[in-house]
Amino acid sequence: MSTENKQYTVSIYTENNIGLLNRISAIFQRRHMNIESLNTSPSEIDGVSRFTIVVNITESQMKKIQGQIEKQVEVIKAFYHTEEEIIYQESCIFKMRSNLLFDERQIQNIIKESNARIVTVNRDFFVIEKSGRKEEIDLLHRELTVFGIMQFTRSGRIAVTKDEMKISTMLKALQH
Amino acid sequence: MKETQTIQNKTKATETTERISGSEAVIKCLLAESVEILYGYPGGAIMPVYDELYKYQDKIHHVLSRHEQGAAHAAQGYARISGKVGVAMATSGPGATNLITGIADAQIDSTPLVCITGQVGSHLLGSDAFQETDIVGISTPVTKWNIQVTKAAQIPEAFAKAFYIAKSGRPGPVLIDITKDAQFEEFDFKYEKCKGVRSYKPVPDTDENSLKAAAELINNAKKPLIVWGQGIILGKAEEEFKAVIEKAGIPSAWTILGASAIPTSHPLNVGMVGMHGNYAPNVLTNECDVLIAIGMRFDDRVTGNLETYAKQAKIVHFEIDPAEVDKNVQTDVAVLGDAKASLKSLLPLLNENSHSAWHQKFKDLYTIEYDKVIKNDLHPTKEGLTMGEVLKEINLQTKGEAAIVSDVGQHQMIACRYAEFNKTKSNITSGGLGTMGFALPAAIGAKMAAPDREVVMIAGDGGYQMNIQELGTIFQQKVPVKIVVLNNEFLGMVRQWQQLFFDKRYASTEMVNPDFVAIAKGYSIEAQKVTERKDLKAAVKEMIDCEGPYFLEVRVEKEGNVFPMIPTGASVSDIRLE
Ligand SMILES: Cc1ncc(C[n+]2csc(CCOP(=O)(O)OP(=O)(O)O)c2C)c(N)n1
Repeated sequence: MSTENKQYTVSIYTENNIGLLNRISAIFQRRHMNIESLNTSPSEIDGVSRFTIVVNITESQMKKIQGQIEKQVEVIKAFYHTEEEIIYQESCIFKMRSNLLFDERQIQNIIKESNARIVTVNRDFFVIEKSGRKEEIDLLHRELTVFGIMQFTRSGRIAVTKDEMKISTMLKALQH
Repeated sequence: MKETQTIQNKTKATETTERISGSEAVIKCLLAESVEILYGYPGGAIMPVYDELYKYQDKIHHVLSRHEQGAAHAAQGYARISGKVGVAMATSGPGATNLITGIADAQIDSTPLVCITGQVGSHLLGSDAFQETDIVGISTPVTKWNIQVTKAAQIPEAFAKAFYIAKSGRPGPVLIDITKDAQFEEFDFKYEKCKGVRSYKPVPDTDENSLKAAAELINNAKKPLIVWGQGIILGKAEEEFKAVIEKAGIPSAWTILGASAIPTSHPLNVGMVGMHGNYAPNVLTNECDVLIAIGMRFDDRVTGNLETYAKQAKIVHFEIDPAEVDKNVQTDVAVLGDAKASLKSLLPLLNENSHSAWHQKFKDLYTIEYDKVIKNDLHPTKEGLTMGEVLKEINLQTKGEAAIVSDVGQHQMIACRYAEFNKTKSNITSGGLGTMGFALPAAIGAKMAAPDREVVMIAGDGGYQMNIQELGTIFQQKVPVKIVVLNNEFLGMVRQWQQLFFDKRYASTEMVNPDFVAIAKGYSIEAQKVTERKDLKAAVKEMIDCEGPYFLEVRVEKEGNVFPMIPTGASVSDIRLE
């Protein structure tokens, strides 16, 4: 097994219960692992939540973490994937001064070329939203930094796998 | 989030309901789970439940400990000897945090506990109210599961689920935190035991192929070695285990928590592995060709340096908890599942064998250990009583029938090395957390769970004083435990390390002790102190013959050391005999 750090996206299907975020993040914390990104949301199954966590660790560490996560009573199943096995998006929002939109022609080009979207414009500021891969967002961030960004925020990763996960079948089997 | 979603226990409601308060429901839940005894300490946030207990005192016995840590350890002792779930209860804030050491101990030693804590009223949650602590947050890393209940109606499901989770699969502690308003609130009570939790599979399926692969490795082994752990005891697999080792003729060694699963005198029992384990099984771990681990988790105290641990051997691991497989030691074959069922299915696949040449190696190394260590521990000729000879005397007089509850330190290693066990579930000690102060309260719980058994507690002068207040519990409850303190006037185990690895700089390990006998007598516990070898036998006899609780202090040599020893980071085969 490779001893190199790799980026893994972990998908965890769980019961929708209070306190689980604490339990899951503690598993990473105890081993001194930094979580790059974390998102929790409903999943395709009613009442089942899905965590998407991005970490940079070795595969053997990843396997052990997967075991520890699945051991939690309220976790239905945990999967981990390499970058090639998933399709993912992140989302970000920039707030910029409104005058830039009119004074700097370049900005309009950047917005167009990056497939970003203007969410709102008012007298003082305008807001751009962009979803995409991490590098695309990084690039947009670099390009806009030159003009001065008033506020910037970025979401956790959300991902789906190319392969099927068979959670519904699994749940059926677990049903008592 | 809807509150009803916080518990997803797939149980069906029964037809009959009655309108009662949340606190009465707590008692009814305990009764429904056949709880007869619980250990605890009252306080503001749990008073409604205590008030109900008053009403139910003929049905459920509450033991007032003298510190919540004592309550948690007593519940552990109860659980360890009975195989049932231990129950401990405390108030919010300091009461709840005092339980934490016991909960952490139970978690790492896989002991089934249900801990109940009171909590401030739900309208006060998160406001730093008087005696409010986030006990659910604090206990999360050391519980198998926990929950905060803010509505009385959630109580039955929370308890049903708690008991189910605590005792199923790999057991562990759970905590239920109940707000004070939920204790007062009335609701229509109905209780149904939990039969399953959707996201939780306590026992993984056993794969036929892995069993066959394991059998093949075992059958082809020339030098097989079994290391078993508490999984045999927790899985009630003692008989199946004995059948397997006897058929295949495999030398078998134990981890500290595996002790007593088969009798000490069993010819295939080759002793303890690990830091202060026996010489032969440690050395031969690095010589065996197949290492079969059963219900044990390759703790670092067992393996020493992982880089050099059993590298030559194929590893077979029988394990109920999939997260333990390949965690520390890479296996060749992992047999997931319940030890009892797996060993039963394994038996017919095994060839009969005796491995006599291989056994001889264990005997040869035992002779070396006997001459260098055991003889001096058990039959000392020099001045100063040894811990080993006290153990030997206890063995003789209890005929190996006693349950030994040991604390943490040198005496613990001596107790585990030399205690003779004829019965399973007889070695009660804090293995994973190494909690000083464990033994006295755990012995109370053990004796109350098994009143017909002799329960002998063994502690050092250090650990004894960490929960010495539990003498009050013994006094009040009249628990006839036998308390042995091996007094070396040192925090012995730490002093040993200072001697060996810190140039004898005895920093803060010397103890100036009080008159222990007078203290015991202050609690009306019969007591005696022995300082000379010639008085030992009679003193132990007096203790064993005594019907009530008894305290025996033995002044042992001040600077005795426990050997063999694997220094931290060393290989198991580099075990030192002196
Ligand atoms: C709660 C706790 N604090 C500290 C330790 C560290 N520790 C391990 S063994 C030991 C010394 C134990 O001394 P004593 O109880 O007198 O027993 P002895 O080793 O002399 O038999 C200490 C301090 C511990 N295990 N638990």
